[in-house]
Amino acid sequence: MILSVRDLKVSFRTNDGLVRAIDGVSFDLEESEILGVVGESGSGKTVSLLAVMGLITDPNASIEGSIRYKGRELVGLPPRELRRLRGNEIAMIFQDPMTALTPVYTIGWQIAEQIRAHQNISKAKAMARVEELLAEVNFPNPHEAMSRYPHQLSGGMRQRAVIAMALSCNPALLVADEPTTALDVTVQAGILDLVRKLRATHKSAVVFITHDMGVVSELADRVMVMYAGRVVERGSRMELFSDPRHPYTRALLGSIPPLTGEKPRRLPAIPGSPPSLLRLPQGCAFGPRCPVHYEPCVTGRPDLGIGTHAAACFRVAQA
Amino acid sequence: MTDSPILETRSLGKRFSIGTRFSAEGKRTVHAVDNVSLTVRRGETVGLVGESGCGKSTLARCLVRLYDISDGELLFEGEDITSKSLSELRPLRRRLQMVFQDPSASLNPRRRVGDLVAEPLRIHGKLSSREIAARVAELFELVGLLPDHVMRYPHEFSGGQRQRVGIARAIALNPDLVVLDEPVSALDVSVQAQIVNLLADLQEKLNLTYIFIAHDLSVVRQVSTRIAVMYLGSIVEEGPAEEVFATSAHPYSQALISAVPVVETTPSGTRKRIILTGDVPSPLKPPSGCRFHPRCPIAVERCRTERPELKEYRPGRKVACHFPTV
Repeated sequence: MILSVRDLKVSFRTNDGLVRAIDGVSFDLEESEILGVVGESGSGKTVSLLAVMGLITDPNASIEGSIRYKGRELVGLPPRELRRLRGNEIAMIFQDPMTALTPVYTIGWQIAEQIRAHQNISKAKAMARVEELLAEVNFPNPHEAMSRYPHQLSGGMRQRAVIAMALSCNPALLVADEPTTALDVTVQAGILDLVRKLRATHKSAVVFITHDMGVVSELADRVMVMYAGRVVERGSRMELFSDPRHPYTRALLGSIPPLTGEKPRRLPAIPGSPPSLLRLPQGCAFGPRCPVHYEPCVTGRPDLGIGTHAAACFRVAQA
Repeated sequence: MTDSPILETRSLGKRFSIGTRFSAEGKRTVHAVDNVSLTVRRGETVGLVGESGCGKSTLARCLVRLYDISDGELLFEGEDITSKSLSELRPLRRRLQMVFQDPSASLNPRRRVGDLVAEPLRIHGKLSSREIAARVAELFELVGLLPDHVMRYPHEFSGGQRQRVGIARAIALNPDLVVLDEPVSALDVSVQAQIVNLLADLQEKLNLTYIFIAHDLSVVRQVSTRIAVMYLGSIVEEGPAEEVFATSAHPYSQALISAVPVVETTPSGTRKRIILTGDVPSPLKPPSGCRFHPRCPIAVERCRTERPELKEYRPGRKVACHFPTV
């Protein structure tokens, strides 16, 4: 077991009240497993992974629950200890590669710096390793790319450079937050291929956050669907996509326009919009938008329950 | 609902000069849109697709004359509007409208949304303030907003509602043609479908013609009657939406469509995927011959030297390739 998260709760105190960004999230991750986390904006998918990385430094935030990395508790670990893990054992890739790169240094310099921060090796050796890494993430001309600045690369190449940086220390856990959202589909296909390849060669476990059901279905071994700070459904890729149980998962899948076959005259849309985390409805958070809600949903909050394929819904529990 | 063209471009081109004579490479010209001939018929939706930097947004802005046109001609209902002055364009503006990607960027945050929707009516119409208020209320109902929403500010709305405001503003003057530049890309998946449905309803009710740009190909297929695939400033394939998706003729369209991740429920049912090598070349230094040849899986010597023209190979289907899959 690489990562084990239990009943994680993250809330932020704001002027408008308490924002419960995550409310009781639990999941496990095995070696070289890809976990897809799907949800809309505000569903808590990014915050939960920032918590795992120990990157929530807001003094108004409170983090409860347990995050165990290889058996070691991360919640409450001093920043110095966390820093040793981050970049070395746990690496992260963000949506916009420009935010992860500084514009004033070359790609080669930046990746070498990262390596030398965690390993005691010479500059020349680090540079040689950078070239290897860039070749591994399919840079056509790695030696030349080392002397390039971020603005001289295309979006796809920048994201590859960030992935090379993330891989520089052979992380056991790679957290990718919407890494392909800003990219074209043709470039995205290449990056997804790369993630698959790296999982095979580096044995890294990957948490892949996205809002795109298609991406998850192509990449993930297991999937977790989040809504308003909670996990509403989890299961293996096959379980989730061939037998979606939660009304939200079903509605999300249903609202994607098909790429082949007959076009529906109208798309089955989900009414309304995701709730504000400041004013979550009592009972099930999806209730007000749910096509099958009934009395229990108004007052009670359905639990996810146990089992590999589970949905937090009274209707499912009843069936 | 006739087949008469509402908008037509003939070898339309848009060049931008970048750099100055003092910069390292000197003054250079980018052909953002190059030799585009496109006909848009009344009542249809033409989808423009392609990777970022292919010139689809530049073309869209040329079509409503937000950009001046460098080459070729632009015809609106048969009338040449390529070089009309701003004052000559004014009466046309009400008939050519545009909806932008980011509704929060295109709505003034310091004005109430009712006021924002009323603005085009004040500028173009000769309506009394009571008539304007009535029209705004009517528009709000049309796009699915509540009457008391008029007094709110843009930040009080969700992304989907803000885009509804943007749409209400675009249709306020009863336009004939609306150019939609990535209207649903900034929205959550669950809200996208609502806006796509709204656009379809409005098209039917108001007999609108759309030019729809999006990078999400499944959304484009859903809304479009016809599709034009662009690569490096030019159209490489054109045809009815469902046909282009089912049987694309250009190797670029094939690669683009095959790259869309789709939800698979069968374990072995992985689609054949064409992964393109390399990136879109810089439009500053477009490749010789067919502009797609450096990334094309089936390119031969001829593609390096001779540029294929967009030709109709079957009624309604056009492709610019020496070796199309037909």
